[in-house]
Amino acid sequence: MNTFLFGIYPYIALSVLFLGSIARYDRDPFTWKTSSSQLLRQRHFAIASILFHVGVLVIFVGHVVGLLTPIWVFDMLHVSHGAKQILAIVAGGIAGVMATIGGGMLLYRRWTDQRIRLTSSFADIAILVLLLAQLLLGLGTVPVSWQHSDGHEMVKFMTWAQMIWTFQPGAADYVAGAALVFKLHIVLGLTIFLLVPFTRLVHIASGIFAPLRYLLLRPGYQIVRSRRSSKLPERSAADINKGRIAAAKRPSAAE
Amino acid sequence: MRVRAQIGMVLNLDKCIGCHTCSVTCKNVWTSRDGVEYAWFNNVETKPGTGYPTDWENQKRWNGGWKRTRSGKLIPRQGSKWRIVANIFANPDLPAIDDYYEPFDFDYEHLANAPEMKAFPTARPRSKITGERIEKIEKGPNWEEILGGEFSKRSKDYNFEGVQKEIYGEYENTFMMYLPRLCEHCLNPACAASCPSGAIYKREEDGIVLIDQEKCRGWRMCVSGCPYKKVYYNWSTGKSEKCTLCYPRIESGNPTVCSETCVGRIRYLGVMLYDADKIEQAANAPSEQQLYDAQLDVFLDPNDPVVIEAARADGVPEEWIKSAQQSPIWKMAMEWKVAFPLHPEYRTLPMVWYIPPLSPIQNAAEAGAIGMDGAMPDVKSLRIPLRYLANMLTAGDEAPIATALERMLAMRSYMRAKTVDGVRDEGIAARVGLSGRVIEDMYKIMALADYEDRFVIPTTHREQVEDAYDLRAGTGFTDCNGCSTGISKGSLFGGSKRPLKMPQEVQ
Repeated sequence: MNTFLFGIYPYIALSVLFLGSIARYDRDPFTWKTSSSQLLRQRHFAIASILFHVGVLVIFVGHVVGLLTPIWVFDMLHVSHGAKQILAIVAGGIAGVMATIGGGMLLYRRWTDQRIRLTSSFADIAILVLLLAQLLLGLGTVPVSWQHSDGHEMVKFMTWAQMIWTFQPGAADYVAGAALVFKLHIVLGLTIFLLVPFTRLVHIASGIFAPLRYLLLRPGYQIVRSRRSSKLPERSAADINKGRIAAAKRPSAAE
Repeated sequence: MRVRAQIGMVLNLDKCIGCHTCSVTCKNVWTSRDGVEYAWFNNVETKPGTGYPTDWENQKRWNGGWKRTRSGKLIPRQGSKWRIVANIFANPDLPAIDDYYEPFDFDYEHLANAPEMKAFPTARPRSKITGERIEKIEKGPNWEEILGGEFSKRSKDYNFEGVQKEIYGEYENTFMMYLPRLCEHCLNPACAASCPSGAIYKREEDGIVLIDQEKCRGWRMCVSGCPYKKVYYNWSTGKSEKCTLCYPRIESGNPTVCSETCVGRIRYLGVMLYDADKIEQAANAPSEQQLYDAQLDVFLDPNDPVVIEAARADGVPEEWIKSAQQSPIWKMAMEWKVAFPLHPEYRTLPMVWYIPPLSPIQNAAEAGAIGMDGAMPDVKSLRIPLRYLANMLTAGDEAPIATALERMLAMRSYMRAKTVDGVRDEGIAARVGLSGRVIEDMYKIMALADYEDRFVIPTTHREQVEDAYDLRAGTGFTDCNGCSTGISKGSLFGGSKRPLKMPQEVQ
């Protein structure tokens, strides 16, 4: 069971995440959206949404950097394992509380506001509940982590994640001895990955790439689409003047 | 110079009777679906009023359109790209659905199925969002119809800026006009500029601004970016939608549904040639009052041989050049200067223009008190204040509006003299800087408004860009989830790419 949940399930979840998302993007781009409900009710939306999104993004980046950076990088920077764990607990804790408060407000809003409740799909509500559960589990790991503040448990999780990521067998053994709350947190996290292609969570990818394209790749503000297959030749002011002279020479063209 | 063609529209407000046929036919065609019941791609507002959504013209509140920064840069009023991206989690400038209205329907079935009761059965309203009973309808489309509601509320109308508005609340001095509104298909669209996903684009061949439904992710920045509030968020599909200028009709040479069905025959459609290289400079004119003239300067004279040559070189089809020469839009906007852009101060260079309405003479009952300017009444004595129209159409500059109204009055005097007295009075025409022949042309197009004079729409020249051979047998059996574009895109899961060319972004 341990091997399945922590050695095989990660690959199932990540495969579904990537292949499912690519398939949905390719086959049904019309359904790829944020599904915002801001239009239907504005009250408390801004504060709740910003708390939730900023919190979750900080946590997400924290997990990616924290779990997937090889430990020797930290050793090289003379960051002790204990110090790294304290950093993770403090930053993750603050962001986790932010996200939990925001997510709680969003769930309350979605559940109690008739306009939003009745226009929500089952998946809209379920995924929010799962995310909140995951946030609470994540916060629940904080007291456990305090008990082994030297960071050796954390290093185990890092090893596990990096072994999964680099396709090494036996990764599950590193998690076998972890506290239950960690195990639940990991399994639920993988399940959320699994569900991404089937829910509105796909907008996360757009939320990362669209602004980058908008800010860095799009020249200026406007977009014009053409059916033309080849680019028009450049024309300078001199060319226009040439045209003016040519036109003046044969006034018959002015019909 | 980079010549492009645009289908423009002019609405002759002098003839609008506020019948809402345009709105209703548009709604039946485009927005009678879940999620956009509240959306009116075309709506008709009674002015003075705060409009739909409430107070949309007040950009201090909604931050739509563009602004010129102190350093002379042109950025969306809701913020530069960075600010827009920073607001991606919650758009601070987004109108709520209550700013439009909560859409409703009535329980009509109850009228037929009610059991025997003491009271007469009624059809009570029900929300089209939740399906729940609405006890009291707080707001609806066209809530201020024919000056409905108190003057104190309606007078929040932004166009009263600089007008002593109190007296217009008095019964004797009240005035009214209709303002049909649709997407402006701007030359410098703020919605497109605000879209982080790049889903909104302007078509090169006819200037129609569209939202790519497959690229839209529902960030809602276009809704707040558009100063006319003519982009609507569909809460059901999670995508933004807007007026398409009925492009399938336009492409085949037919007028839009709103124009086709206009019983007052107030709508005109035609081609305008413009210089794409001048747009940025024109939208960035230092003062707001210069924007109207700046936009006129973007348009190219379709009779100028240099323009014709450049248009040909830029791939504008011959038929489009010819249509531009006969364009009613060109005549009204450029030659006669009777049509104006709606709120040029938003800096979007809108392409739906308006002929200001004449109105009854103020205090006409007081005989002899009518301000006369020669044989014609003084436009300053018209019931609708000149400043009000100027705030709407020229960023407050009254002179062009006065000229337009004088020309319309002159047209009436001239035609009255011609048909009643049998005299061609060139003096009337000369006083407003026109000739009798031009006035008769104006009369033909603006007053008689025959179908073929109102709509000069060339068909799209698909054959220049598409190979019809690739399109054959394309319709009917498609692989795009129920839609039927007749296009099979290449896909990860097999299927070969066809050589069909889809519109591409111009760099």
